[in-house]
Amino acid sequence: MASPTKRGSRRRRTAVLLAALALTSSTLAACSGDDSGKATLNWYINPDGQETLDGVALDCSTDDYDIDIQLLPSSATDQRTQLARRLAAEDSSTDLMSLDPVFVAEFANAGWLAEFTGDEASKVIDDDVLQGAAETATWEDKVYAAPQWANTQVLWYRKSLAEAAGLDPAQPWTWDQIIDAASENDGTVGVQANRYEGYVVWINAMILGAGGDIISDTEDGRDAKVDIDSTAGEDAARIIEKLASSPAAQPDLSVSNEGTALGLMYPKDGAGEFLVNWTFVYKNYAGLVESGGLTQEQFDDLGWARYPRTVENEESRPPVGGINIGVGAYSKHVDWAKEAAACVSSAKAQGQLAVNDGLMPSRGSVYDSQELTDAYPADLLDLFRESVDGAGPRPQSAYWSQVSSAIQSVWHSPTGVDDSTPKRSAEFLSDILAGRRLL
Amino acid sequence: MTTTVVAPDSKADRQRAAQMSDRSRAEQRLGQRLVLPAIVVMLVVTAFPMLRAIYLSTFQYSLTDPDDRRFLGVQNYVTALTDSLFWETTLNTVFIMIVTVAFELVIGFVFAMVMHRIIFARGVIRTSILIPYGIITVVSGFAWQFAFSNSNGFINEWLPFVQDSFNWFGQYGSAIAAIMVSEIWKTTPFMSLLLLAGLAQVSEDMIEAAKVDGATWWQRLWKVILPNMRSAIMVAVLFRALDAYRIFDNIFVMTAGAQNTESVSFLTYRQVIEQFQLGIGSALSVLLFISVLLIAFLIVKIFRVDLAAARQES
Repeated sequence: MASPTKRGSRRRRTAVLLAALALTSSTLAACSGDDSGKATLNWYINPDGQETLDGVALDCSTDDYDIDIQLLPSSATDQRTQLARRLAAEDSSTDLMSLDPVFVAEFANAGWLAEFTGDEASKVIDDDVLQGAAETATWEDKVYAAPQWANTQVLWYRKSLAEAAGLDPAQPWTWDQIIDAASENDGTVGVQANRYEGYVVWINAMILGAGGDIISDTEDGRDAKVDIDSTAGEDAARIIEKLASSPAAQPDLSVSNEGTALGLMYPKDGAGEFLVNWTFVYKNYAGLVESGGLTQEQFDDLGWARYPRTVENEESRPPVGGINIGVGAYSKHVDWAKEAAACVSSAKAQGQLAVNDGLMPSRGSVYDSQELTDAYPADLLDLFRESVDGAGPRPQSAYWSQVSSAIQSVWHSPTGVDDSTPKRSAEFLSDILAGRRLL
Repeated sequence: MTTTVVAPDSKADRQRAAQMSDRSRAEQRLGQRLVLPAIVVMLVVTAFPMLRAIYLSTFQYSLTDPDDRRFLGVQNYVTALTDSLFWETTLNTVFIMIVTVAFELVIGFVFAMVMHRIIFARGVIRTSILIPYGIITVVSGFAWQFAFSNSNGFINEWLPFVQDSFNWFGQYGSAIAAIMVSEIWKTTPFMSLLLLAGLAQVSEDMIEAAKVDGATWWQRLWKVILPNMRSAIMVAVLFRALDAYRIFDNIFVMTAGAQNTESVSFLTYRQVIEQFQLGIGSALSVLLFISVLLIAFLIVKIFRVDLAAARQES
């Protein structure tokens, strides 16, 4: 017979064991998710406007599902890579994703995106969606994404610099004019010329602005027509060459990106800059006034104009970016995810993103809303809207990544660009698409 | 107790094996059964991806255009081996490998000597020397990128012959130099650790004897210490050379391959991960694997070290 002491210790052991079991089972229950059986839709977002998107996700959650936000890396290339890895593995937990518009064609062609059909399609792309943004959400005439916000580039500049150079704000400016103006007045020209997608955005905008394009007939995949070796391509190369060899070039030209050129608007020495950059710039400098980094007087000297023209007589075609919401083809809740995509890209959500984070709407009606007209100068809002509407998207192709890298490979560094660049670039691009060369 | 069974390689050994007792045979069979799961795991983890890569390398296959998949045979290898980019990146990688390993060998040896001979604050000094190796390569890449940056870095300020606005990542020479500095800083401690182990094995009696015979410090170094460390030096050079040949992180962080600073690993990454070109990317990874084997073979040949002798096997 066991002694009382032994019995006591055995009881204690049993109690500890039971407590441990209870704890483990409750922990496991907590890990397994919601007891109510409510579905969770994972929405992979890029880090822009995260706080606002948290609120949007909450607003768009319903009795059937909760939208859970997952964060993607900050660079567009890394976002694409991470999403592609999941989708290539047929991940069923990727329900919604914030996609850079240029990836829509690739992802749709790979079969990774669920198509919006019938009513669903007309809900996410209706007449209210601006032309430039709507074009980015389709592939082979089918709708694969819901435009959530539309980014565009405009020309930001110091009014004092433009005035000193004698540029007339009422007239559209060309690249030649701003490079000359900056060179002659101790200013600089800020562009994105690192070896990355941003550089291709610049090249593409200049080529479109001269009436050409990089490639056409992109539905033919590898057999797309390569058009970059053209007068338009030569115009773009000439401008890059001119900027790179002028005093207006910034010291870090070959590694410049959207962030590096911001500081040179208000340098310690010099007259400031002409900067082509996305819409976030306004909120960025406005924020600096609030935090004491800029004076109100300096901020008042900030001007904006339509993207510079490549050639004098041709309207510029500003770059378009932003975010489209795609629905994962392998999601367990495709219908709910499409419903959620329509909700997170609604006019209300777009208004919040614009006011809070400077991410401009892809819907025209939002530009007229009171909250937006209170938050931005009227002429700037008009400029953004006009810019998205008249934007020139990058070519949509299942091989865009290769096309883009092939352009970067030949056109980088900007200091090496000359009049032979478009021809070399066209030959290389043709070889790459045909699988004859390495990238 | 289990005995280690060495594969018979001579007639006498084979005869001995034939005369093995039942118990020995049973132990051998048990040993084989015990290692079997490890072999299976190895095959699944290592052999399967390699075979899969070889299989995929025979296709033209883009993830974003699955309908376009075509069998090409060895065409991807021909494309890679006849492309100047492949040879440029290979040359660049070999250049990085030779320069970094050479610097690391010299600096690492100095560090090893310091760690070996130091009398005071031994622990602190050894730890300080080893700290860079404990830092993740990507982090060290970022740290050096910031250091070399012309907007917020300190290198331009420190170097009197460099202008403050000088962009280190703007051209090949300076960009590759920055990458190599980062690589050398990060991995020299590893080299010094391996060399320290070698240094500890050199008999003090031999050094003393040389000293008594009147050998100078240099003579002792060249005639006594280094020849006795040959195996350790070979292992250090082999490990670092193979590691350096696969250099990726620093380049990824510091230049993303711009200014022709790409390595073979980076080229492979670009094809597979960035471009989703599984066919040509797999061909490149197979070629990378073969080059690594080749380098290992060459280094072992150059040092003429009998590894069996180094392990004190007969």
